[in-house]
Amino acid sequence: MIGELSPGLVLVLGAIVVPLVRGHVRAVLMLALPVVAFWQLIALPMGQLGAVRAFDLTLVTLRVDRLSLLFGYVFLIATALCVVYSLHVRDTLQHVAGLIYAGGALGAVFAGDLVSLFICWEIIAIASVFLIWAARTDRSFGAGMRYLIMHVGSGLLLLAGILLHYRHTGSLAFGALDIKSPGGVLILLAFGIKCAFPMLHGWLKDAYPESTVTGTVFLSAFTTKVAVYALARAFAGTEILIPIGAAMTAFPIFYAVIENDLRRVLAYSLNNQLGFMVVGIGIGTELAVNGAVAHAFADILFKGLLFMSMGAVLYRVGTVKGSELGGLYKSMPLTTGFCMVGAASISAFPLFSGFVTKSMVMTAAMEQGHFWVWLILLFASAGVFHHAGIKIPYFAFFAHDSGKRCEEAPRHMLLAMAVSAALCIAIGTFPDLFYKLLPFKTGYRPYSLDHVVAQAQLLFWSALAFTLLMRTGIYPPELKSTNLDVDWLYRSVGRRLVDAFYAFGDQAWTGLARGTTAMASWLAGYANRHHGQDGIFGRSWPTGTMAFWTTVMLGAYLILAYI
Amino acid sequence: MTTPGTGKMTQADHEQPHSKPEGERDYWLDKPSNVDRLVKRFYAVCAVLLAIDFLVPKHSPFRIEHYWGFYGIFGFIACVALVLIAKELRRVLMRSEDYYDR
Repeated sequence: MIGELSPGLVLVLGAIVVPLVRGHVRAVLMLALPVVAFWQLIALPMGQLGAVRAFDLTLVTLRVDRLSLLFGYVFLIATALCVVYSLHVRDTLQHVAGLIYAGGALGAVFAGDLVSLFICWEIIAIASVFLIWAARTDRSFGAGMRYLIMHVGSGLLLLAGILLHYRHTGSLAFGALDIKSPGGVLILLAFGIKCAFPMLHGWLKDAYPESTVTGTVFLSAFTTKVAVYALARAFAGTEILIPIGAAMTAFPIFYAVIENDLRRVLAYSLNNQLGFMVVGIGIGTELAVNGAVAHAFADILFKGLLFMSMGAVLYRVGTVKGSELGGLYKSMPLTTGFCMVGAASISAFPLFSGFVTKSMVMTAAMEQGHFWVWLILLFASAGVFHHAGIKIPYFAFFAHDSGKRCEEAPRHMLLAMAVSAALCIAIGTFPDLFYKLLPFKTGYRPYSLDHVVAQAQLLFWSALAFTLLMRTGIYPPELKSTNLDVDWLYRSVGRRLVDAFYAFGDQAWTGLARGTTAMASWLAGYANRHHGQDGIFGRSWPTGTMAFWTTVMLGAYLILAYI
Repeated sequence: MTTPGTGKMTQADHEQPHSKPEGERDYWLDKPSNVDRLVKRFYAVCAVLLAIDFLVPKHSPFRIEHYWGFYGIFGFIACVALVLIAKELRRVLMRSEDYYDR
């Protein structure tokens, strides 16, 4: 153990050394960093550590308990997998940004006070935007800018909320917060932006698919899961989160069905999975919170795996548009297999990870009598199988043969996918081992006969719907298109408003300039009439004019003298 | 609109013909009869799953869950509704690919 050093700081300090070395040395260093950080993590004792005094405040940089440890483990596993997956990348920018980003996320998870949380919140926002810009396209630049504005906005809301909260309570501890207290709403909104609440979600589907092959895998793991952690820490049992989460599970799946860019489909499905977690946190019972954080853990792995498989397709074929793919199972059989493991996990097939995590949230909703919420979650469960479980593998690897032939994904990508897939299956097959890591002991058992049969029915009959719609030609084909979402408000309407404002300013300026010119030319004309060549004062020499005015003055003086 | 005998989706078939490179070996899934056989087995599994629903004891507090085949029927209806609604949404939401780039 290296003192009371945050595992996040190990990654950040390592990221500073990374640009100084090259080639294999750099690869070894980057692989070693998550391992060292993990070693540091498991050596830390439980409790509040790493106290730092700043001015007259005491900051707790390391709060180690079961909740923060769970996220710590999965963030470091994800970091290691991302590093392995991106071993082919020769871009220092991405290496440094990726490690600092992961370090910031770890720092946020272990932050024991709100100021440390805020600092890490900003590190996450700024480091991650470079992963989007790393694609170095016009689209990624624009999407990155919009992403940055949203996340800096989230940081400002958080800061304002913290200040209000501090003035009201005199405490900076990062624990349960009351939504009714001053600052509480602002902090919830800040978390909500990062967690992609409905109407605040535009950045997610906008920016993630524009990043690089490897950048998107990094991005999918950390930002939103930090928000889920923060919500679970501060707002467990806040009822407003239940309808918010339910809406998040339902509406993105409609977009996912008609979206053509398969990485954007995954972004929508990420949004949908976050909904299950938010509902769990809103319900707030031990089982529900366990379900929410367990599902976050599982989602990092299976969503990462799905993004990796689509990244491999993008890397080999150059596109992930459903309209241009198909038949790739012939060229990339292993990637196809791994993608299907990810698909089975997100769809919650028995023996795969989603089955043992998502069901805790569903059961908690049932136990608390939230009938309509439960029904919406069930609809979303069928829907997620439809768009992520079937659509992603089907349109990329099967469907009609696009005639595209390519090499199998590179070995390091296959390794990262294989380990992710193995973890998905391990969690789903041996849930008791995994449940030991969760914050609460609930005695929940996922494998009962009625649960397995019910889930199998739900999934198989959803697949039946897909098959029938496909074979009858009713299923909407993949089309090259853009679908309008909430980001339309600022990318189109907002932009037009700004344009109109500028046009108005332009016109006002032109008018002002024209008016001034007119006045000036009138003045000049007036002066010219009297003082110009033919003007009454212009005809004589300047001495003549002077003599005239002297006469006038003397005359006036004479008159005044007599009054 | 199913192309007779192929058992594959049709709309894309008409637009983009299969373009398997010359001389490549036939994969098992390339044969339409194999796909048909696979699909038939899949239908059978679906039917069996619904049929055995009688035998499963239910524990849910919600009455709806105790109806025979609730999960299967709900999943089927949910997915058909999802696809049909999403398809209609295209009329409102769909723009050209370069919509934001112009």
